[in-house]
Amino acid sequence: MDFNQSTEDNLFDHARVIGKPHARIDGLLKVTGRAPYAYERHDVAANQLVGYPVCATIARGKITHMDASAARAAPGVAAVITTLELEPLARADSNVAHLFGGATVEHYHQAIAVVVADTLEQARGAASLIEVRYEEAKGVFDLEDAWTRLQSTGEPVANVGDVDAAFAAAPVTLDETYRTASQSHAMMEPHASIVDWSDGGQMTVWTSNQMIQWTRQALATTFDIDAGRIRLESPYVGGGFGGKLWLRADAVLAAFGSRETGRPVKVALPRPMIFNNATHRSGTIQRLRIAAGSDGKITAFEHAAVSHTLLGGSGEDAVNQTRCFYAGENRRVAHHPIDMGLPESADMRAPGEASGLAVLEIAMDEMAEKLGMDPVAFRILNDTQVNPEEPSKPFTERHFVECLRKGADNFGWAERNLKPGGRREGQWLIGHGMAGAYRGAPTMTSGARVRLQNGRLIVETDMTDIGTGSYTILTQTAAETMGMEMQDVEVRLGNSAYPTSSGSGGQFGATSATAGVYAACVALQQQIAKRLNVDEARFEKGRVVAGQTDMALADIADGEEIVAEDSINFGDFKDELEIGTFGAHFVEVAVNAYTGETRVRRMLAVCDAGRILNPITARSQVIGGMTMGVGAALTEGMSVDTERGFFVNHDLAGYEVAVHADIPEQEVIFLDTTDAASSPLKAKGVGELGICGVAAAIGNAIYNATGIRIREYPMTLDRMIDQLPSTER
Amino acid sequence: MKAFSYERVSDPAQAAARAAEVPVAKFIAGGTNLLDLMKHEIEIPKHLIDVGGTGLDEITPTDEGGLRIGALVSNAALSADTRVRKDYAVLSRALVSGASGQLRNKATTGGNLLQRTRCGYFYDTGMPCNKRSPGAGCAALSKGAATRQLGIIGTSDACIATHPSDMAVALCVLDAEVETVTSTGEIRRLTLDEFYQLPGDTPEVETALQAGEMITAVLLPPPVEGRHAYYKVRDRASYAFALVSVALIQAPDGTGRVALGGVAPKPWRRDDADAALPQGASAVMARLLDGARPTQENAYKLTLAERTLAALLAQE
Repeated sequence: MDFNQSTEDNLFDHARVIGKPHARIDGLLKVTGRAPYAYERHDVAANQLVGYPVCATIARGKITHMDASAARAAPGVAAVITTLELEPLARADSNVAHLFGGATVEHYHQAIAVVVADTLEQARGAASLIEVRYEEAKGVFDLEDAWTRLQSTGEPVANVGDVDAAFAAAPVTLDETYRTASQSHAMMEPHASIVDWSDGGQMTVWTSNQMIQWTRQALATTFDIDAGRIRLESPYVGGGFGGKLWLRADAVLAAFGSRETGRPVKVALPRPMIFNNATHRSGTIQRLRIAAGSDGKITAFEHAAVSHTLLGGSGEDAVNQTRCFYAGENRRVAHHPIDMGLPESADMRAPGEASGLAVLEIAMDEMAEKLGMDPVAFRILNDTQVNPEEPSKPFTERHFVECLRKGADNFGWAERNLKPGGRREGQWLIGHGMAGAYRGAPTMTSGARVRLQNGRLIVETDMTDIGTGSYTILTQTAAETMGMEMQDVEVRLGNSAYPTSSGSGGQFGATSATAGVYAACVALQQQIAKRLNVDEARFEKGRVVAGQTDMALADIADGEEIVAEDSINFGDFKDELEIGTFGAHFVEVAVNAYTGETRVRRMLAVCDAGRILNPITARSQVIGGMTMGVGAALTEGMSVDTERGFFVNHDLAGYEVAVHADIPEQEVIFLDTTDAASSPLKAKGVGELGICGVAAAIGNAIYNATGIRIREYPMTLDRMIDQLPSTER
Repeated sequence: MKAFSYERVSDPAQAAARAAEVPVAKFIAGGTNLLDLMKHEIEIPKHLIDVGGTGLDEITPTDEGGLRIGALVSNAALSADTRVRKDYAVLSRALVSGASGQLRNKATTGGNLLQRTRCGYFYDTGMPCNKRSPGAGCAALSKGAATRQLGIIGTSDACIATHPSDMAVALCVLDAEVETVTSTGEIRRLTLDEFYQLPGDTPEVETALQAGEMITAVLLPPPVEGRHAYYKVRDRASYAFALVSVALIQAPDGTGRVALGGVAPKPWRRDDADAALPQGASAVMARLLDGARPTQENAYKLTLAERTLAALLAQE
């Protein structure tokens, strides 16, 4: 099915299942431990062995010597494969660092061997017996140096109008530098795979991955085999957040282990390796300049940022949203990804915007204060309905102002603390802050197959459910389209034997995959109509109605299965449009006047993301994003050892994600909007919108509470302790 | 994890004798720290002596009017004991600020005292650490190191790790003693100050325990009147180690005692600092943190300690 123009009024505008609250259908399996995750697939292959990875303890250099003889002789050990025995593996497009093979060490905790044994403890015990010697090379690990060197160099990605003249002429300007920390996805389920490549022929991979086809192709490239010989299954994923978009070392090591031993091998990355072996969100340093007239209208933006990456990577593009979020005729933005020897940085939930809005939305707050304006009113004044770089390009549906207004009303913004540091309850300073949110609404080709079997519908697509609710919304989509009840639809996901979907990432999954299932269902309807020899048929209440025909779906085919398959392909017409999602976050914090501890007291998000397919799973996505935003604002930062070149706090005791006690009342309001240019369902994603701007709203609330403006994340107490009020009584 | 042998014992003196006799033996009780360390191969015992059956799980009154807390009393049970909550509230408060409910159910009094530091370099066997491998050097003291969580006082040129226990800070301010049995069956009583050793040139030596010696109990002296408070400052609201913690017992006349956690290799207390309490937080910290050697990243702990005590003193 081609989607080449905005959709008209359709069945989803009169929906009975879509848009209604449905509890997640895989919820019961998950809370009863019956949803098997990759490492627990004891049932799928007999005689599994366990692999344990060995990783490099230098950031950069060469391995000069490895002696695995003691490990090979250790009890229970079936095989040891060291990186020196192999040529560097071919690298898939999606990977920047080499995953295994060869003597070169590109980053700390790079995989350099795998020990395969009967039990985890035997493998782990033997792993430490491997002797390794290195020739260490000097590396560069300090982003501050890079920033000093790079700012004001290079070509901007956008340079519109006359920025310098606008700044020179503006009565009110801001020029500040901000810092965001490197962050780990810190998903609960580690990267884990069981691989059966026993015969060196067909490779079967049970894994935890967001993108089945990308990863299957990456395996084919890495091992130089035909993708047709690889089967991948990832039906349940215990959190990904972008960390599982790619093939990682777990599957590669398990595959080598399996080929060597002739048995299935499973490998999970130990938690420390998830920080330094797998990917992370790069830290940034960002300089933001804003110019405005005394009327509060923005005349110019300049935004430059540096982030780190291994050679060939793209870093964290924190400037992109500044190109089109707010009005202003003159703008210049530049991103400098700098090659550094830290582990591989890559996408993490709202890549770019999460870091960029964390800074832009503080700058907007600072600017509003300079102008003497309410930060909500300042944003409303600078709303734009067209891409300010290309005014001929309209936003299809942009209800940002409504988000701001509704949020202010519901939060009680009018009753907020007006004077920074002016409201106190006992030992706590109370503050309020807000921020705007913006994130694109991309869509990707997505396919599905549907099988009608005796009145039951089976939906097959390689789409993944990474805790987002894919099973549920795809069931809703199929039930809606086919006029069936949800219990008569079974959705099967995450298997490379199924048609290729968008996968989960970039908040494109829900929009694209539901459209793909819709396309497949329409194809099925066409087949049924043909079979009944009618031009058009209606599908309702489990029946097909066409002219004189009115029969149950169960009766159409005499027990025979009817199969249909199709994809949704999104047309070029979208290139002429700006399609985005918008939101506003409002936060109340308490900051201890003595210690600087910050505790979030309440949070509100108002989201404009097109049709909300399921308010329960969508809300869950948004509050998850808000929770991650609390972590980003207050605690989550990977500590860099700038000489040794690695992230030191590489476990969940040292890298602090928000815990229950950190999360207060969270309220989410969805605007009742649709976006006909987005998809047949007029839906857009929310999974990344939920985190966008949250950290800045908290930072602005801290400023409002204390009068202390912190421009570096995470906003831990040591960044404000010297400026807190005197403790003299 | 390396293979190890395992035995259960029923008598503390027998446990101590066995631990001295078998090479590289360790006691195990709750295992909430030791098992993690064994998995990381930071601790590599060849033999584990399970002391869970030694019956040391009772809290009983002492002749002196205090309490004797068996070494195996769980952190959960100790924090919930009505006598502790009533007469030693600082201890109860410190305990519930530590770890999580699940861990406190399993962790024991003796084990809590013996938990190892949470220094990130200690936990990474790819890094040099004098505490883990004596003489290897200290990555945390190298240029470029991440030291925000680490110690500011009582540290040495060999090690700047802190002791992570909250319970021990409260025990310190209570003048508790550690009761042990040695491998020859002798009973010893050590103040917390005697029990914990500063790193000096031997950061691998953390306590005064001799080979095989086992903690059998913690002895609380008679209750100390006054307000008992424990303020644990951390980045997130729960389930995190202290940046700084303050244990305070203050009499109505303003005199009292103060101990700090999160700043040193052991609970940090000084008599002259206690004596300065009536003069306020600044006077206390001028003495208590005299001689501090913070890094650039953790110098904030000096200010934080003083302000945390000030917060407690300002509370009713």
